[in-house]
Amino acid sequence: MADLTAPAAAAPALDVATLRKDFPLLAREVHGHPITYLDSAASSQRPTAVLDAMREYDETTHANVHRGVYAIAEEATRRFEAARVDVGRFIGAPDPGREIVFTKNATEALNLVAHAWGRTHLGRGDVVVLTEMEHHANIVPWHMLAAERGIELRWLPIDDDGRLVLDDLDNVLDGAKLLGVTCMSNVLGTLNPVADLAAAAHAAGAVVVADACQSVPHLPVDVAALGVDFLAFSAHKMLGPTGIGVLWGREELLAELPPFLGGGEMILDVRKDGFTPNDIPWRFEAGTPPITEAIGLGAAVAYLEAVGMDAVRAHEVSLTAYALDTLQARFGDDIRIFGPPDPVDRGGVLSFAFGDVHPHDVSQILDQYGVCVRAGHHCAKPLMRRLGVTATARASFGPYNDERDVDTLVEALGAARDFFA
Amino acid sequence: MPGLEDLYREIILDHYRSPRNRGELESPPAVRVEGFNPLCGDEIVVTLDVEDGVVADIKIAGTGCSISQSSASLMSAAVKGKTVDEARELIATFKGMMSIHEATLPAGATGAGDGTAAEAAEVEPEAIDVDALGELAALQGVVKFPVRIKCATLSWNTLAQGLDEAAAV
Repeated sequence: MADLTAPAAAAPALDVATLRKDFPLLAREVHGHPITYLDSAASSQRPTAVLDAMREYDETTHANVHRGVYAIAEEATRRFEAARVDVGRFIGAPDPGREIVFTKNATEALNLVAHAWGRTHLGRGDVVVLTEMEHHANIVPWHMLAAERGIELRWLPIDDDGRLVLDDLDNVLDGAKLLGVTCMSNVLGTLNPVADLAAAAHAAGAVVVADACQSVPHLPVDVAALGVDFLAFSAHKMLGPTGIGVLWGREELLAELPPFLGGGEMILDVRKDGFTPNDIPWRFEAGTPPITEAIGLGAAVAYLEAVGMDAVRAHEVSLTAYALDTLQARFGDDIRIFGPPDPVDRGGVLSFAFGDVHPHDVSQILDQYGVCVRAGHHCAKPLMRRLGVTATARASFGPYNDERDVDTLVEALGAARDFFA
Repeated sequence: MPGLEDLYREIILDHYRSPRNRGELESPPAVRVEGFNPLCGDEIVVTLDVEDGVVADIKIAGTGCSISQSSASLMSAAVKGKTVDEARELIATFKGMMSIHEATLPAGATGAGDGTAAEAAEVEPEAIDVDALGELAALQGVVKFPVRIKCATLSWNTLAQGLDEAAAV
């Protein structure tokens, strides 16, 4: 776990005031107030560098990839494949050109694992272990497989601080074929001890699929250090565009998997009596891929690397600490913030219950002050049931947020409390 | 820009703070129906006694935001003691009020369809007599906040289902 939570003491401080200028949307107003965007866990805003890279590609280079022999088609293919390698290097992939699969989003990446790996490795009575804090994207594909193939789902519970309870880990993993775990909860912010879990799962003979949607955008991630087998994340939560997600898989595991979707691009040969699938990673990329979006994701990676993921993490730990302190100082027992109390154990995601005011109503009042937070079950209904709520309000940070954003949130929450008092 | 006062009218806040007909009737004999808002996780339970074609009693349970709770409370007060036909008419009128503006919204702006628009099409907008809705008219402002329409209609869809089940018994 040290790889995720070690304090980035040496990281240079983030110059948020300067960085904010890179994000055009943050200059707008909402209902007469400057926007306070606190929903990066749902989707982050994009810097000009990403928007420009996509536009420049479209204006100068666009053609379909892996097809034409003409100059711009070759350039487009080269740039698309270069983005793949950049993304792979960003997460420490040993063989980035072969281990990075572009998908529609992280949900599709997890479905790919359930479909291609699950259908070839799981049968009646086989066990898949999930945690109580998983996003629906890492639950429902396994439910579907359970209904289809009769596999058994087991659950790793959480404690009241939103941490995984690992006392019974060996028993839960006994006989398991797969462990699905989120690196960082999209509700609680909890950073899970993924490296330890992966080691235990491997000892039990299970492969590990990690949902890294909330970790890759906010802290340094190294798949080799994590020791997982598959890792899924999404571009639009890491300053990139919508429409593209990523599945990283160990080369030797990907190489033996059958295709996911069928069509163009994923084949070497098609005959009347069958087909021969392409090599990895293209085997899993049927049809024309999100090319412009891959260019945008590559630019987002370059942007994050220039800022420095250690700096992003250090900034968000400091901002989370400020938010926890400020919210508790102002509202005391009227606010119940879910997840680990120590900011070093968590990411910049604060889900909370606010007195008797329903999250929808909290969010509605906050909107009047230009404050954007999410209200709902956050695609984590098993977790909501464990917490004993139907919904929470959630404020989440990106590298562009600062203490002023937290202050605005606190003021707007004060107004919400007064309104419903 | 619609203001908060359009959404949170005093009557709404009153019904939210002091919900009427709260609880559950014993079922059976009461018909018990659950409604869910998949967007936000809100849940509502409507139990109702229908005797001789009249909604003799109705109770509301479950959790939700001020709009869904007050709408349910207002609904329970409005249909209690009414005939089933009158209750159905009120449902159609209420959903018509909620869909006048819905029809002018971009497609999909109200989220996953639950038949609201299709059912509401039975009522022509000009035929809706908002005055006949009495206190329920306070919820009219909700249509200016598209994502909240589902909150307001949740209990009404659940009641409609309950009336259907009561008729089937």
